[in-house]
Amino acid sequence: MGGIISTQYLSSPDPVVVHPDLAKDLTQFGITDFSGLVPAQLFSFESLFTLRGLIMMVGGGFLVGFGTRYAGGCTSGHAIMGLSDLQWPSLVATICFMIGGFLMTNLILPYILAL
Amino acid sequence: MMKTKQEETDFEVRSLDSMCVNESELVHPWWYNFKYAVVGVIFGIVFIKAEIISWFRIQEMFKLQSFHMYGVIGTAVIVGAISVFIIKKLKVKTIHGEEITFTNKKFNKGQIYGGLIFGLGWAITGACPGPLFAQLGSGALAIIVVIASAIAGTWVYGKFREQLPH
Repeated sequence: MGGIISTQYLSSPDPVVVHPDLAKDLTQFGITDFSGLVPAQLFSFESLFTLRGLIMMVGGGFLVGFGTRYAGGCTSGHAIMGLSDLQWPSLVATICFMIGGFLMTNLILPYILAL
Repeated sequence: MMKTKQEETDFEVRSLDSMCVNESELVHPWWYNFKYAVVGVIFGIVFIKAEIISWFRIQEMFKLQSFHMYGVIGTAVIVGAISVFIIKKLKVKTIHGEEITFTNKKFNKGQIYGGLIFGLGWAITGACPGPLFAQLGSGALAIIVVIASAIAGTWVYGKFREQLPH
């Protein structure tokens, strides 16, 4: 609901500015539409029927759901609230979130995007 | 008559399960839950306006191309830490006058394995669980597939929990 309200009534007409290096990288993989909050060329019902879209939407979603429960929390539960409460297990979890993210974006995602 | 929730839930299992262990003893009429909806709506608006749910911002974060997400999360942690400090110091009560308690998190290997798995998924979808719903609300309807898959993921975890290292 918050998403609908802000998109319908609170959005600014300016496009989201994407870092030029990121834009250049993504263009190589055919992603040229930077207008939405999520790239429409990757996350759409049409792309669901491509291998790339299938891996990213179904595979990515699965990892998020599975990992969040396995870790016992997500960005808000561990990184924000856990760190606020000085819980060291949350720091471990947060560091692992970041390691996973860096690995994916920099090492694995280029191969998925190239599919 | 006051009914306690304590008797119907198992604390050990719940503490593994979620980030917030609700120890409230009060039982409210269902419409009291609307206050959570209000907070949720505000949360969703903030997600969009702060571009936290932007797939591009998440990629920039993991490519160290922008400070944006680090700033947002860092600020949230600072505000959170101050809030936690004040709540503990002044023994702030909930709106129904109950004490707010903090449960220490117990370390288990799930935080490492699960954390890594979540990180991989975070970088692919550009969203953690909450933002997925905000992405859907922002008009990316296909995100419903990602949400369904994430829910399937939590279900599979529940199914195989006993076999996983913790």
